Order: sequence, then C-alpha cells, then structure tokens
Amino acid sequence: MSIKADHINYLYGEGTAFEQYALKDVSFEIEDGQFIGLIGHTGSGKSTLIQHLNGLMRASSGKIYYNGEDIDQEGYDRKALRSRVGLVFQYPEHQLFEVDVFSDVCFGPKNQGLSQEEIQQRAKEALMQVGLKEQFWGQSPFELSGGQKRRVAIAGVLAMRPEVLILDEPTAGLDPRGRDEILDEISKLHTEKKMTIVLVSHSMEDIARYADRILVMSHGEKVFDAPPKEVFRHYKELEQIGLAAPQITYVVQRLREQGISLDGDITTVKEATTAILGLLGKAGSRV
Amino acid sequence: MREITLGQYYPVDSVLHRLDPRTKLFGTMVFIVSLFVADSLAAYGVATVFLVLAIRLSKVPFSFMVRGLKAILFLLLISVSFNLFLTPGTEVFRIGFLKVTWEGLRLAGFMALRLIYLVIGSSVMTLTTTPNELTDGLERSLGFLKHVGVPVHEISMMMSIALRFIPILVEETDKIMKAQMARGADFESGNLLQKAKSMVPLLVPLFISAFRRATDLAMAMEARCYHGGAGRTKMKPLRYAGRDYVTYLVYVLYLAGMICL
Amino acid sequence: MGIIKASRLIYDYIRRDEENHVEEVNRAIDGLDLDIKAGDFVAILGHNGSGKSTFAKQINGILLPTEGTVWISGMKTTDDEHIWDIRKTAGMVFQNPDNQIIGNIVEEDVGFGPENLGVPTDEIWKRVDESLEAVGMTAYRLKSPNKLSGGQKQRVAIAGIMAMKPQCIILDEPTAMLDPNGRKEVIRTIHELNKKEGITVLLITHYMEEVIEADRVIVMDGGRLVMDGVPQEIFSRVRELKDYRLDVPQVTELAYELKQAGVELPDGILTIDELIRHLLPVLQAAGAGM
Repeated sequence: MSIKADHINYLYGEGTAFEQYALKDVSFEIEDGQFIGLIGHTGSGKSTLIQHLNGLMRASSGKIYYNGEDIDQEGYDRKALRSRVGLVFQYPEHQLFEVDVFSDVCFGPKNQGLSQEEIQQRAKEALMQVGLKEQFWGQSPFELSGGQKRRVAIAGVLAMRPEVLILDEPTAGLDPRGRDEILDEISKLHTEKKMTIVLVSHSMEDIARYADRILVMSHGEKVFDAPPKEVFRHYKELEQIGLAAPQITYVVQRLREQGISLDGDITTVKEATTAILGLLGKAGSRV
Repeated sequence: MREITLGQYYPVDSVLHRLDPRTKLFGTMVFIVSLFVADSLAAYGVATVFLVLAIRLSKVPFSFMVRGLKAILFLLLISVSFNLFLTPGTEVFRIGFLKVTWEGLRLAGFMALRLIYLVIGSSVMTLTTTPNELTDGLERSLGFLKHVGVPVHEISMMMSIALRFIPILVEETDKIMKAQMARGADFESGNLLQKAKSMVPLLVPLFISAFRRATDLAMAMEARCYHGGAGRTKMKPLRYAGRDYVTYLVYVLYLAGMICL
Repeated sequence: MGIIKASRLIYDYIRRDEENHVEEVNRAIDGLDLDIKAGDFVAILGHNGSGKSTFAKQINGILLPTEGTVWISGMKTTDDEHIWDIRKTAGMVFQNPDNQIIGNIVEEDVGFGPENLGVPTDEIWKRVDESLEAVGMTAYRLKSPNKLSGGQKQRVAIAGIMAMKPQCIILDEPTAMLDPNGRKEVIRTIHELNKKEGITVLLITHYMEEVIEADRVIVMDGGRLVMDGVPQEIFSRVRELKDYRLDVPQVTELAYELKQAGVELPDGILTIDELIRHLLPVLQAAGAGM
C-alpha cells in the first residue's frame, strides 16, 4: 500500500506565453504509516503537489499510483480515491456549510453512499478523534471558536476513514496552544490509528517534532527527501531557497563551530537540553 | 482562474488610451446613436471610416476587437434571418416557402452591420479604458444625477470594490469546490434538482466568506476615515486636455454628417 | 498621559434575541488600565479570545467602551467630533491582507485614506510616494494588489495608513496569514517605521519571535492585563507564559530548561547570539571541547 509519484510534471497555462512549471519531474513513494513533512516556501508547488495525490488535479505528464494502480487510467474511481486519501485544505473551516456540527461531519460519509447508521457512527468517531466535546455537536459550526471550527473541518475529512491524511498548514492562524492541540491529535492518528500523514507546514520546529521524513520543494522541484536530521544538516542550502532549520539546529551548529562536541543531528529542545546537560555532567539531575 | 481579467483592457500607450474616460464614454454613446440614425449606405460608409480610424488610433490588434462578436453570434444569426425572410417586398429568390426580398436583404445587411459595429465600438472603449477609469468616468459623467437623489458616488464605489473582489471570489469558489470534492462532493452528475442541491455546500461557504469580507472591508474603510463622498478629494481627478476638446469637435462633425446623410 | 491611554476599560459583546432581549453577555475586556508612551514599540500578546483584538478596535473607535475611557492623544474615543482625528492619529492594519485593500491599483489604494481626509491632490501624490518608499513598495505602485504576495499586500496596507500621517499604528495580527518570509518582511517594515519615522507601534500577535525586539511586551488574558515589562523580563517567566496558552522561542525555552537544571545563565535569553555568548564559556569551563 503506498502512494507513488512517477516523474510528475504540471504546467500552468500550457500552450500560452505564460507557460510555467508548477511541478517539475517530481518522483517519490510514500510508504504506509509514514509521517511526512512537506515544506517549501509559498509558490514552491507543495499545494499543487498534494492536490495531485488525491486526484483533484491531473498531471500534465507523469503518473501517480495509489496501491499500485494508476489513478489517471480509464475507469479509475477517483471519487473513491478521495475518500481514501483525505485532503484537509488550508483554513478548512471555510468549507463548513451545514446547520449543525454533526451534519457537517456527515457530509463526507454521506457522499460515500453509506447507510445512515454507518454515517452517524463515522461522524461520531471522527468528532471524538479530533477531541470535540459532545456538547458542541448540535451547535451551528459558525458559532464555534476558530480552533473548534478547524477541528470540525478536520473531522469532516476523517469521517470518510481515509488511509492517508494530507493536511495543508492545519495550524495556520491558531494560537500556540491551539496549534499544539491540533498537532497532538494528528500525531495520535498516526501512532494509534497507523494513519499515513502528510503534513504541509512552514514551521520547521513542528516538522522536526513530528515527521519521520521530510520532502522539500522549491520552484516546483523536489530538492530534499530524507529524515529530518539529514535535511536540517543542509540548513545553509535551506536558507538559499528561502527556508530555515529549527532554531535549535543553529544553536547546536554554532556551538560545534566553537569546538563543543555536540551531535550535529539535534533538532528539538528536549534533545538539546539532554545533550548539553550530559556535557556538563548534570545528566539525570532533572531531565 | 487567477488570471481572470474584468473588462478586457489592452495595455498599450495610444491617443485613445490617454483620452479622458468621459470623452470615450460620450463618444461610444454618440457612435451607438449614430448607428440607429443611419439609414443609407453613405451613412454606414462614414460610420465605417469613423470606426476604422478609432481602431487604428487605439493600437489594439484587430483580432481583439472582433473577439466580442463571438458572444453575440447567435443573436446576430437570428436577427439577420428574421429580417431576411420576414420582410415583405420584391422577391429575389425563394428557398421552399421562405421568400427573400430586396428589402429584406437590405434590412438584414444593415442590421448585421449595426450589431457588429455596436460590439466593436464598445470594445474600442473597454479595450482602451481601465475599469477604474471607467468607474471614475461614469461617476463624473453621471454626477448630475446626485441632485435627484441618485447615490452616484456610492454606486461607483461599489463598482470599483466589485472589480477588486470578483477575482478573489472566483479563486475562492475554486478552492471551496475542491475542498468539497475532497469530501466526495459531486458537482457534475445528476439531474437538475440534484445539481441544484449539490450547489449548497459551495454556495453557503461562499456566501459566508463574501459576507465576512464585506464586514472586514467596511471596518477597514472606516478605519481609513471613509465617510462617503462628501468632502473627499481625488488622487487622480479627471481633467480634460486639448486632445479631449478636439475629440469632441470630431464627434460634432461626425454626428452632423450622419444626420445629413 | 501617553499617546494611548485606557482607564478601567470594560467591553461587553452583547447578543440579543429577536425581541431585542439580552441573550448573552460576553465580557471581552475586563477592567483594563494601560498607558502607552509615544514612540514606543509595544507588543500585545495573548491567545485567541484573550481580548487583545477587541482592545485594538477600541483604540481607533471602531468599538466604543461599555465602561471606562480610552484617550488617543488626549482625545476621548467617545467624543463624536474627534472620531476622524482619532482614526487619523491611530491608524489600523488588520489581519487579512485581502480584506483591507480597496484600490484596484497599489498607488490608488495608498491614496484612499488621504482622499477621505480631503487632502489636496498634489499633497496626496506626495504622501503616496513617501509612504510607498517607506515600506519599500515603490516598484509595485502600478500593480494590481491581486498580483502581490501576502507580505507585500500587508506592506501596501501599512503604506495606506502611513499616507494618513498617523502618530501611531496598531497592527492586529498582521502576520497571522503570512508565510515566514512574509512575516519577517512585515516585522522589519514596522520596526523601520518605528525607528526612522518615530511612529508608535502597537503590534498584536501570537508569534513570539516577533516581539523580542519590542520596547515593551504586554500579555493579556481574560480581558485583563496580566504581564507587562521588557521582553527579557516577560520571557524569563516561561511557565507563566505557557499557562496563558502562549509559547516562547526555542532558544528561550532551551535556556530556561538549562537554568532550571542548574546551569548558570541569565534570565530571559531571547536570541541565538545571546545564548551562545553565555553558554559557550560554561561549556568550555566544563571541558566540553572536542
């Protein structure tokens, strides 16, 4: 089971003077159960890329395989694909439309043509997964707070029981706590439900904390594809394409340049604290 | 989707581009009126010269001018055939029961010319005038209506805001549509009723978004001291230049010619 | 009295049913006292719903106090005759870049404020030129706002405020919808305006990296002012910040954790440079070289 992108090209304004590559010869394979961080500055092609993965956009050339099947072949059920590869857009709360939270979450499973019982079962489960208390289920989604709306919208995709969940900047505009809560729930879906996750984010700190593999896009091309520690080692190249490594990476690199023997792969506060205290012989004193 | 342009402004520098929008609005009006006055070959000849001159002066490629014709092709065919087949008079030939007369040929010909010139004539204006200039021109030209209680300033402000937000809302529609498709929505299949029903998940969020934007914008405008047209100055006030007066003179001569012919 | 002063400010959002009976009262600001000095760069932090945006709207009279008073340059926001002077003095930049640009061309949008104020045409052009220059957007003056990036749109919005010649700019989460590069662009711009033009800046945000260079940081929670001080002071109270649903930059957190474990470090470290400067000697003394 996997998603495979095979030499994907996507051209905007094909055949006109404005012709431009949005994706250029992108190939990769996402194995089951991975947590992928997808990064790149605005306009790097990452949003275009994720829309190819669930068949919302069609590549100009190249192929996408889901579980070995070419999703562009004649007769392939793209609608079914979309429920298996769930895509949560940026500011997903902008897609809410029903009179109450519960009915809105039911929209996805209803489109899947399931029985009434099954639809409700899935909606309940999804709302529980995103941690939205039952007292809100009957309310109008438009009366909820920003963070709660966001959860309802994510539940709306989860209710289709996707095997892969792609989220485009799910924490944009949320405050720090709201951000952590959403990310923790996504992480839980990964560890507990074994869901494959693709997380698009601008925050290197978040990516470093959750992802076990990073894809870096720049100008429509895939420039890195490796575990976080390996990618962040190239922090200088990342800067050249308008990105940056987590702050901690810089602290560690600076200390290393001064001759301090720290592991260059440290990317989180926790790792750095442990390593530095270890050097100072204070390991275990508190951490 | 993002490249959608309203109106069809063609950005080059020409005499016509530099004319005051009011002059162009008035000119278009004069031209349209003249087309309805014209009733002889000679008159159409003058109109043709006038139009060709305007097109040459605008520096806009002719192919852009005729694009607008596609939209009225159907209308054109219908009005031409009506005139062609239903005008009584001296028969020229007949196809089955349909009789074609001299009078019919003449009327149909004029009708076709009239419609084509009308579309090309207005295209000359929209291709050489930015939507903003157009709104400004309308506000100033219709300023006299203020005195009879028509909120001219407000209407032109609304037009200009609409121009700014239509591309944004078009893009947003595309986004919401995709988001709902990702939840299995189907906007294509089904009968008319089903299709109408399937629009709800698109229209409700779109309406809410437009409403939110309107509230935000109203607040932003207030914060920037907007309080209607009274006491407002203009960054780009419309001022007639010499070329505008010359153009008006041309209009007078043209109109006089058309009426005489 | 400073340029912005609030005294015992209270604001209730009141929801009414169809018969105009009060259905729900939501206290967004609950007894706020605040005095902001002209020329300062002040950051207001707080989680969503802490009342910080409501306060911003009080400053230029978009919302009026339920109780208490707000003065801008000595003018009460409740005095009708001052409302346009207040809005001119305290300009406001909002979160969504798209929803505050009115003009179809960049320069026309910047001219919108002065047009409303009845500024003569020549003077409008002068102000537009200066404002676009001040935010570094002169090269884009004839572009459609739709063709700009988020950060560029926000700079245009800032220029639009600058053209009204304000003494103070309030920015209500101006970077929340931007990417990291756009964020830096906007923050750099407002720091410049603060330093070069002496504009008082009130930046409302929940991105901690954006406030470390502020002169003063204020934390709001539940409609009250709960922390107030220079960045070093505020950021040394990591636990407290986390209780207010806020965050600290990674370096600050690392320094805090190390300090808690007994490492000799000063309070409230905010930048990588600072941390290295203080941590390196400690590590070298402990013989942690390679």
